Amino acid sequence: MSVAHSGSADARRSGQFVGVIFVFIVLLVIAAVIGHLTLPGLAPVWHFLGAHPILNALVKAVVYVSFIALLVLFLIWWERKFAGWLQARLGPKHVGPQGMLQTLADALKLITKEDITPAVADRPLFYLAPFVVFVPTVLTFMVLPLGPHWIAQDLNVALLYVIAISSMTATGIMAAGWGSNNKYSLLGGVRAVAQLLSYEVPMVMAVLSVVTFVGGLSMRHIIDYQAQNGWLILKWPLIPAFLIFLIAALAELNRTPFDLPEAESELVSGFHTEYSGMRFAFFFLAEFANNFFSAGFAVALFFGGYLGPILPGIVWFILKTFVLITLMMWIRWTVPRLRIDQMMGLCWKLLVPLSLVVFILAAAWASR
Amino acid sequence: MAGLLTIFVFTLVGAAFVAVNLLIARFLRPSVPTTEKETTYECGPLPFGDAWRQFNMHYYLIGLLFVIFDVEAVFLYPWALAFKQTGAYAVAEMIIFIGLLAVGWAYAWRRGALEWQ
Amino acid sequence: MQAAFFGVIAFLSILSAILMVMNRNPVRSALFLVANFALLAVLYLTLAAQFIAAVEIIVYAGAIMVLFLFVLMLLSLGASHALRERGGLQPLVAIILGLIFLASLSAAGAIGTLGPGQATPQWVKNGGTVKAIGTALFDPRLPWLFPFEVTSILLLVAVVGAIVLAKRRV
Repeated sequence: MSVAHSGSADARRSGQFVGVIFVFIVLLVIAAVIGHLTLPGLAPVWHFLGAHPILNALVKAVVYVSFIALLVLFLIWWERKFAGWLQARLGPKHVGPQGMLQTLADALKLITKEDITPAVADRPLFYLAPFVVFVPTVLTFMVLPLGPHWIAQDLNVALLYVIAISSMTATGIMAAGWGSNNKYSLLGGVRAVAQLLSYEVPMVMAVLSVVTFVGGLSMRHIIDYQAQNGWLILKWPLIPAFLIFLIAALAELNRTPFDLPEAESELVSGFHTEYSGMRFAFFFLAEFANNFFSAGFAVALFFGGYLGPILPGIVWFILKTFVLITLMMWIRWTVPRLRIDQMMGLCWKLLVPLSLVVFILAAAWASR
Repeated sequence: MAGLLTIFVFTLVGAAFVAVNLLIARFLRPSVPTTEKETTYECGPLPFGDAWRQFNMHYYLIGLLFVIFDVEAVFLYPWALAFKQTGAYAVAEMIIFIGLLAVGWAYAWRRGALEWQ
Repeated sequence: MQAAFFGVIAFLSILSAILMVMNRNPVRSALFLVANFALLAVLYLTLAAQFIAAVEIIVYAGAIMVLFLFVLMLLSLGASHALRERGGLQPLVAIILGLIFLASLSAAGAIGTLGPGQATPQWVKNGGTVKAIGTALFDPRLPWLFPFEVTSILLLVAVVGAIVLAKRRV
């Protein structure tokens, strides 16, 4: 690239930067408006929908699933944009403002793609896998506190529930890997599951360190504790707990530097190698939705969730979550992939003992 | 049990979302299956045999270690909620519990079970 | 309403258990096993035993099931040469033992050993929470600390045993 060219490219990038910031502000304003949707005129509607428990749950579920779909469209765009900047490119820019509708175009393309099932596949398992991967994702969003009045259903065992539900994903990945009857798929699936399991241990210990402070397992408990005592990240034993959580979350999400299950240079694309069209899209959708959930969960656990001055809670929550997601993307586009022995060694030789020590420290600190 | 109801409804709606999208795609997409298309991908050459063959021993060891640490974590949940009330005795018990597990972990390391071959 | 709900869940869980046993393909069997665990967890939830329900999913559906799958892969029990046990005796013994179990259960129900005991609805509602289990399990005045410690030795033995077996022939 010549010097003269790079100058103009820099100018274009900074122009883009302003444009993207503008898009962000618009989206946050929309979120703020939605956060204040308790308009007086709509009260009878909410009352009617809230009155019947099944209808109420149904409305919430539909809202949340649509929210997840829109969110992922946005997240994929942002990931591509951010990756573009990190690599001195422009990223998507042609479809829609700042290329925002690029993902929508991609989704439309995916829906018109032929759906190919390998002749040798185990069909029931092959067809079942996208459901088993996507449904737990929707279920985890159920307890995510988006704002003071924006939590679909708080459970008094919400943390246990999240750990339990997210461990179901392993089954879906296994079904996909096995059902495809492809050596790359199966190897990718087995690797993904081994990685999920291994990193679940330090992740659970990090969550438990938080529990020792809060003394409760519901989301409301955690947020209330932080409303009174400040963000949990400010308690010093929880700083290593957060770092362990972040590393474990990156590994559970199969993101670089832990993307061994879908290492393109070794395994083609891992457990979803044989999937095409919409079936593939659901694995992708679940992956990005899980990314948002992990970041949002970390925000709720360590960074005060939706707490914050002046702005509505949902705006604070989304802002914090996006900062964390962007950090995860930054790591993804900076650090090279680990080898499988390094990945397993990091977990079992460093993170597991460290997380046990952190847990004991946190318990000692919390019981003072 | 409002929680259980919501879980059910979310499960159904999530599954319905996948199903409806796949159904819509069914009407929009072409379907021209050929033998070549339906072979599994093995970087070009025709695949030999199926994928369901013997796997590395090590996955089994990882699975077993995970089960053990998972059971340990399950005991830690009630402990983390109760240790402020049950007092120092329970804290000592849990430290012994974790210590014994650490012995097992150290043994696993010594015998090379944490090494990936 | 509640009885109908219980009936549906109980029927589905028995159905998934039967499908799990009858299935030739080991991975499909494992998935039916997961379905069975999930349905059992629902039954626990209806009994207000939230902790046990979560543990059912975390330990059994999440961990043990994956361990089963890894063992299946280790033993290379693919669909092409699926498990085919033609042991004439095994189903018979299983049926007889099952009938004995059913008979002893119904006998216990008739005598009243399985009755509610001192459990009131209030007691059941509060007894299954994670905190209640924690305070009961770790209370030094109650006799459950010793079994808890023994569990840690059991886990230690499990680690050592697994490694000894795995390392013997690699």
